[in-house]
Amino acid sequence: MYLTREEESILNGEKGEVYEKVFRLLVRLGDIYGADKMIPVGSVQVAGVSYKSIGDPGRDFLEDFAEKGAKVKVLTFLNPAGMDMENWKELGFPEDFAENQIRIMNAFKKMGIVVTATCTPYLAGNLPRFGEHIAWSESSAVSFSNSVIGARTNREGGPSALAAALCGVTPNYGLHLDENRKPNIVINVGAELKCNSDFGALGYHVGKLVKNKIPYFKGIKDANTDNLKALGAAMAASGAVALYHAENLTPEAKIMETKGLENIDVTSKEIKETYEKLNTGKDADIVILGCPHASLREIATVAEKLRGKKLSKPLWICTSKAMKETATIMGYTGIIEKAGGKIVCDTCMVVSPIEKMGYKTTGVNSGKAANYLPGFCKQKVVFNNIDELIKGVM
Amino acid sequence: MKGRMISLGTAEGEAIVSKEPIGFYGGIDAKTGIVIEKGHELEGKCVKDKILVFPRGKGSTVGSYVIYGLKMNGVAPKAIINKETETIVATGVILAGIPCIDKIDIENIKTGDKLKVEADKGIVEKLK
Repeated sequence: MYLTREEESILNGEKGEVYEKVFRLLVRLGDIYGADKMIPVGSVQVAGVSYKSIGDPGRDFLEDFAEKGAKVKVLTFLNPAGMDMENWKELGFPEDFAENQIRIMNAFKKMGIVVTATCTPYLAGNLPRFGEHIAWSESSAVSFSNSVIGARTNREGGPSALAAALCGVTPNYGLHLDENRKPNIVINVGAELKCNSDFGALGYHVGKLVKNKIPYFKGIKDANTDNLKALGAAMAASGAVALYHAENLTPEAKIMETKGLENIDVTSKEIKETYEKLNTGKDADIVILGCPHASLREIATVAEKLRGKKLSKPLWICTSKAMKETATIMGYTGIIEKAGGKIVCDTCMVVSPIEKMGYKTTGVNSGKAANYLPGFCKQKVVFNNIDELIKGVM
Repeated sequence: MKGRMISLGTAEGEAIVSKEPIGFYGGIDAKTGIVIEKGHELEGKCVKDKILVFPRGKGSTVGSYVIYGLKMNGVAPKAIINKETETIVATGVILAGIPCIDKIDIENIKTGDKLKVEADKGIVEKLK
């Protein structure tokens, strides 16, 4: 790989141990994937934040780096943590868990990272432009930024994203290059998609089919950014789709050639079968919405449905601090709390220890959450649209 | 044997060889260095102070932090030799400072072989 004189000097340790280490990591990853050089990144999103995922070794590593004076060079946000950083006590998160989670967040903050912990950084103040090179980690955020915004990122691991943040560069390979962004399979959607859970079911089904390919969707009549967020998240979870195109909906679709590609049809039959497959439980102990983190529009929708009602079981909406602030100003938080629901920030059902909080069956409208909850959180799943889920806990 | 340097350093020690890939997250206990993956050919064996030889990593990317944890807890292998180092192991060994070489024909190495690893030169040598 070509390295500038300054980059060589980092590798020779002239900027100290931490930078030598993280830059070596970027160079090695670049070698493994055949990168020709380093390219500057506009922003970073670092995964590996929840104490539940990274444990003591991850915590110690981050504290060591922070202690040695590591500082990020570009705008850097975090993936969700294992708990709401403000209201963890009242939500019932365990004390020892909280103590470790707080240590992790402090280490990130010391490195200059914005401790906004969200899988939708693009809604919370970290918005890349079309064509911008970035180094993001969380799979749904990677899918959204590549597909819906047209920014360019590989799916980074926690440490490689952190390395990119500290050095301000990433190796030039994979989805940073034009030739690797072309679709290689066409999905003809014949089903009518009405809500996020329909888009989630489509995404779950297609992700399973295409694994890590780049699908090109035809036939989706309309979709807002919430729908596309749900679609991409489910495909990245059931498969490893980091980029998709959708005719008339995503920015690069127009310039992509689909002639000669394999075609797959998805009809309402496959969507219905996916619903059946994802429903592994019956009565939810808790409903958790906001996977990926809810937009303001999604919060407003739930608030409208809960206005003047009383829930019999807990309902959480996971989101970022930025969205909650606005929801509170608009009175949505008040309506939801009055009904017995909660807006939970900085975390989500997949990375928080809900299995240790007494919940066995979780109701979700997210294809991604339905994919992960059985394995990561030992949950049975009720997968449905918001109306049906709310009915179940009324 | 000549391969590619992934992470710097030199080491001498006894080989422990796995024909299967290793997933460090949930596969090796970071506190003890013992392989805990059910049904893995190295299950119950300890990697501490060995030259750990396996084709490639697998599983969760959090595995990188487990490799780092092994080193911090003093139970890491002295070096790692792979057929093909993927990103999880590459990330782990570089952060931990464990010497590592890949593109080595690992079929020629048996558990118990005495090895000298010179990662800086990309060389693995069998000692008599």
